[in-house]
Amino acid sequence: MNFRLEPGVAPSARTDSDSTADHSKYEILRGPFSSGPEVTQACLSCHTEAGKQFMHSIHWTWEYVHPETGQTLGKKTLINNYCTNARGNEGMCAQCHAGYGWKDNSFDFGDQANIDCLVCHDRTGTYYKTPNSEGNEACTIMFEGRDPIDWAGVAQSVGLPGRENCGSCHFFGGGGDGVKHGDLDSSLTHASRALDVHMDEDGLNFSCTECHVSHQHQWAGSRYNVVAHDTEGTGLPGQRRDVATCESCHGIAPHPKDRLTGIKLNNHVDRVACQTCHIPSMARGGVATMVDWDWRTAGKTRDGEGYKEKNYTQGNGEHRATYKSIKGDFKYAEDLPPSYAWFDGQMVYTTIETQFDPSKAPIEINHFKGSRDDPNSRIWPFKRMHTIQPYDKGRNTLVYMHLWGDDNDAFWGNYDFANAIETGMTNNGIEYSGQYGFIETRSYWPITHMVAPAEQALDCAECHRPQGRLAELNGFYMPGRDRNRWVDGLGLLMLVGSIGGVAGHGALRAISRRRRKQA
Amino acid sequence: MSVRQVMLYTRFERFWHWTQMLLIVALLFSGFAVHGFNPALDFYNAVVLHTAGALALIVLWIFAIFWHLTTGNWRHYVPTANGLWQVARFYAWGIFHGERHPYRKAYWRKHNPLQALSYLALKLMLFPLIWATGLAYLFYSLWSAIPGASTMLEGVALAHTLVAFAILAFIIIHVYLLTTGHSFAEHVKPMITGFDTVDLTPEEEAYLERDEPRHIR
Repeated sequence: MNFRLEPGVAPSARTDSDSTADHSKYEILRGPFSSGPEVTQACLSCHTEAGKQFMHSIHWTWEYVHPETGQTLGKKTLINNYCTNARGNEGMCAQCHAGYGWKDNSFDFGDQANIDCLVCHDRTGTYYKTPNSEGNEACTIMFEGRDPIDWAGVAQSVGLPGRENCGSCHFFGGGGDGVKHGDLDSSLTHASRALDVHMDEDGLNFSCTECHVSHQHQWAGSRYNVVAHDTEGTGLPGQRRDVATCESCHGIAPHPKDRLTGIKLNNHVDRVACQTCHIPSMARGGVATMVDWDWRTAGKTRDGEGYKEKNYTQGNGEHRATYKSIKGDFKYAEDLPPSYAWFDGQMVYTTIETQFDPSKAPIEINHFKGSRDDPNSRIWPFKRMHTIQPYDKGRNTLVYMHLWGDDNDAFWGNYDFANAIETGMTNNGIEYSGQYGFIETRSYWPITHMVAPAEQALDCAECHRPQGRLAELNGFYMPGRDRNRWVDGLGLLMLVGSIGGVAGHGALRAISRRRRKQA
Repeated sequence: MSVRQVMLYTRFERFWHWTQMLLIVALLFSGFAVHGFNPALDFYNAVVLHTAGALALIVLWIFAIFWHLTTGNWRHYVPTANGLWQVARFYAWGIFHGERHPYRKAYWRKHNPLQALSYLALKLMLFPLIWATGLAYLFYSLWSAIPGASTMLEGVALAHTLVAFAILAFIIIHVYLLTTGHSFAEHVKPMITGFDTVDLTPEEEAYLERDEPRHIR
């Protein structure tokens, strides 16, 4: 079993059939090949610039310097609140690096032969990756029992990436299917219309790159630096296709302009992201997403061995682990409504260098600005992840853990936080107080996939009511949600006064009439 | 002076009155649904009905204002102190003692002074307020970019709500007063047939009989 590939699931239908090249006819792709780098060299013999281009890609560098905040981000550096850090655990984590053999600092980022073309371009659905280094015995069974890769076969079947290609990493972020994002999981490989109107297998059947347009192996769309408010919309033919925003195809007034409701909805787009109404909930495809992770309980063993408890059954019938000795306790959710916030698109991260005040927990792994008064901000949906994870109690920072390795310190197999943290910090040259504790953290994942068909978009009253979806957003007046008790009190007083007044007046008339009759 | 049945509420005035009534009921019904006080209508349909009703009422009002000005009917609403005290005294005292209503309708003064004053207040204060706030509310997207717009919208919305309460209170009293004469039906009838009982001067009677024979019975 491999946690990133589902055996027996066919690849998504190809949409690149109008290509002018049939790769099965190229002599050089007949092989024989005995390894990935050999295939890569064959690819590069025709695609002469692809290697150079790809080396600038975040899929290769795992590094991103944020142009606004100056922070160095990317998987190479960051700490999240799932498995926490790829750094130092590349032997395992770099299975999702589009390269061959990154297991430690000795990896050569300058060698084009190390690029893995196939993980993105294989369209047979049979290509797979295994960890770049050995882990402890506790982890080996995960990767056994696979058929060997037919290198020439996959090399001849290359094409533009299908959903399962991107998905082999992005669906499985956080260590399992749907764990990290909530709006990305393996159910999208064969999506229904209700799950995602664009990726609908029987409909538009969009691959990821329909929206995440690429230019020389650079992709549009970033979660570090989000275009939260696209005010440009569509370009003329041949002009604008440089962003992954909804507006870049749908324009900035996407609802029907000849109808009252369409006009009203178009008047919302300056303040409300498309995703807020059009993604009514996350994890709708039968695959659960993780919402809570407690590292404190990790490390329990039975008869000296690590174990799993699978007490959650998700929509597609699969059982998910609610406890793993290597990771701790988990909680899942499906069909989960996002949380909402004003968002200007700029993510600021709590990195390994950031010192925080533990009394201010939960610590935000990433936070962002945004407000009603900022024209670049809109109300966006987020998945909010809650975790209790280790931190450096003496220096009040997050920690790098040494999780993966065939040694006596790796947490996975030895189950000793003290050693795993000490080693993780020392190996990466990070100052460590020697004291660790556990701290509550939160992370925020902007939601933008699993776009429902228009008729399943949120009803107005989901937000325009007291205690609706936007109940927690302050600083602006919203019809249906907000009331003023003085106005309501005064109004009701007027009504009670007028009703009481006419009732009293009428009663007096009736009484006086009866008296006059009696007299 | 003779008492005759005269066409006081011409076809347009009746059309205006009843259409306005229907639209105001629809606007109150939908408006209080938007406000969250009326669970019978969901927010989406409430907004659609409220907007459509408001736009229809604006069109009706444009015609009604034009009609008031061109036909001279605005003169019915000119405030007067003449008889105001007697009418007020009647509702506060005389009505309980079997007194007759002190006001006699005239051809060019079909409302009693208190009635005219309250209609005038409705037309010059409550209606303009509800329109000004309502249009500002409806076209919020045109001015939402100016600083502090959201706070202003709150003020607009709250004022709009408060005026709506006042209009509802007006309707309660207005409908109640229809019961104060001989009968409710008798009060409503003129607004259906157009004919009401009026004291005519001999000149008015002669004019109507000769030039507007279909307007006098």
